[in-house]
Amino acid sequence: MTIMTYRQALHDTLQAEMRRDENVFLMGEEIGVFEGSYKITAGLLKEFGEKRVRDTPIAEEGFAGAAIGAAMLGLRPVIEMMTINFSMLALDQIINHAAKIYGMFGGQARVPLVIRTPGGGGQQLGATHSQNIELFYAFVPGMKVVAPSTPADAKALLLAAIRDDDPVLFLENLALYNTKGEVPEDDTPAEIGRAAVTRPGKDLTLIGYSRMAHVAAEVAASLAESDGLDIEVVDLRSLRPLDRETIIASVRKTHAAVVLEDDWLTYGIGAEVAASISDGAFDYLDAPVRRVAMAEVPMPYSKTLETAALPSRDDVTAAIRQTLAAVGHRTAPLALGVPQS
Amino acid sequence: MATQARQRRTKTPQAAPGERLAQLRAFYRDMVLVRRFEERAARAYTEALIGGYCHLNLGEEAAVVGLMAALRPTDYLFTNYREHGYALMRGIDPNRVMAELYGRVDGVSKGWGGSMHMFDLTHRLLGGYGIVGGQLPLATGAALAIDYRGGDEVVMCTLGDGTTAIGAFHESLNLAALWKLPIVFVIINNGLGMGTTVAHSSAEPELYKRAAAYRMESARVDGFDPLAVREAAATAVEAARNGRPYLLEVVTERLRGHSVVDPAKYRSAEEVERLKDEDPVKLLAAKLTADGALDDGAIAAIEQEVGAIVTAAADFAAASPRPEVETLFDYTYATPVPNDSRRLPGQPLFQPEPLPAETGARA
Repeated sequence: MTIMTYRQALHDTLQAEMRRDENVFLMGEEIGVFEGSYKITAGLLKEFGEKRVRDTPIAEEGFAGAAIGAAMLGLRPVIEMMTINFSMLALDQIINHAAKIYGMFGGQARVPLVIRTPGGGGQQLGATHSQNIELFYAFVPGMKVVAPSTPADAKALLLAAIRDDDPVLFLENLALYNTKGEVPEDDTPAEIGRAAVTRPGKDLTLIGYSRMAHVAAEVAASLAESDGLDIEVVDLRSLRPLDRETIIASVRKTHAAVVLEDDWLTYGIGAEVAASISDGAFDYLDAPVRRVAMAEVPMPYSKTLETAALPSRDDVTAAIRQTLAAVGHRTAPLALGVPQS
Repeated sequence: MATQARQRRTKTPQAAPGERLAQLRAFYRDMVLVRRFEERAARAYTEALIGGYCHLNLGEEAAVVGLMAALRPTDYLFTNYREHGYALMRGIDPNRVMAELYGRVDGVSKGWGGSMHMFDLTHRLLGGYGIVGGQLPLATGAALAIDYRGGDEVVMCTLGDGTTAIGAFHESLNLAALWKLPIVFVIINNGLGMGTTVAHSSAEPELYKRAAAYRMESARVDGFDPLAVREAAATAVEAARNGRPYLLEVVTERLRGHSVVDPAKYRSAEEVERLKDEDPVKLLAAKLTADGALDDGAIAAIEQEVGAIVTAAADFAAASPRPEVETLFDYTYATPVPNDSRRLPGQPLFQPEPLPAETGARA
């Protein structure tokens, strides 16, 4: 085990995979000479050269499509979309082509492509640069979408994504790049499509992914200390396929769930999780499934408005208390300021 | 209008030596195959044996056979959705092309693609694509993969005249020129998008000139002359093989509507009348007959041979099985995943189970 940042885990994994397999190459805007907007690819141009670390013009549709075409001929491109907002310029290539080619041609061509891209708000980047639109990709059969929250998962899921024969959207997060954690030395890929119970508990299931998986862990730890609550945390890790079994098994045990997401509430990832809980654990629920999500506005620039729009730890804590109040599971501190059912 | 249309093509009639005549006669036979195949497809469509959209190469036969004759078997082809003729000329069994139109398991794409999405790795047809312009970045990437490996194959990517207005066209030409990729982009200029003319959609109606913005070599050729097309394509392919991407504009006609169901009412009576004479198959037959390379007997023999192929293709397609419903989830992912949803519309996500003993309340 080594302690390293999420950024370092991504960098080291890309480097190791490029050393392992000469078919793996990188493409994207400013990834070579500039070393990446968020420095994930620092030093790789020097080691691997322009052929394998290819700076592209500002042409998301063009280079995403070129990566897909190269993948069809057996290369394993890993492309970087500077932020997930810019991936919308490449939607036709990703959704109409990458996600369709294997099925549309009856399984004759594979698209082993990884699209790395950070989401995340909270950096005062305004309406067009603060979105969380992984949902667009998670909606589409043929796509795989993974969203690691820890350096260890960043490594294990990136290994899995690169070695997978399908297009994988690999969601990173601006707020996670500098977070640290233990990363195992061995290069065992994660299994795409598996969530993780990162904290076992019995009182309520708290579900999140990417940055919100951290928020979930922090709130669960805090409420354990302050209120003696035993909250189970599920880190989704994979948004498509969605690990409904793990979610349902947890909710059948705890009888209550709160779902956290950094995207908008309506039609969001949380809506799918909540609907899945209704499908698979309706008779086990003792309270409505609660979602905590971003305010439904184009993200404002001003810090006070931006902070108000993003889900906070206090928002999550309040949602948990209200849900448990609805269950009738009240401890003395919880009874204060909670609506009586 | 008629004059304008004629001026779009540069006539290249020239006395052909024997070798050229023999080649033209072979091209004529291939053009008749494309023509009769497409006519049979149109008929099958009206008989509801073919569904979805169905875009035909009628009028583009000389362009199709000339272009395909310039490729090596190891070269790759990406096309748009008007690709039946290209599939045939890449050497794919007509039975399998027709079976795809019928949506049967023996189709080139096993019934998953249909008219717009034919694919065959063996013959290096890397796909017909239904989204206008979608194939251009993909083809550019295939050329990138060839370059990456130091291969000597070339990618040919065909597109319609209307596609030169889309962003993917410009992004792809820029990338190809910037990275010196082995690719030939071929504009099949039949003068019409669906019903919109080139003049109404392109500020530079001489489409091959758009290459100048990328310092890319380009040319325009008469798409009614299969030999001229092959020669122009050979020049383009040779340039591409040497790392010089190329834009070739092939000027042709679309004899019928945009698709089988389009009556093309936007065309004037005068233009419809003109197109009766502007038919590359008829024109080539007349030329070869005048040159003594064909006669009525030879034409009849070609028709008989081709007719038998097309009839056999339709029979084969009709007899080929429809895909089993059990195969519906076979091609969502190449690398299997746990938790993949294999749910038919009427099925629940989770099978209902007996209620907990205490009727749902917490124990």
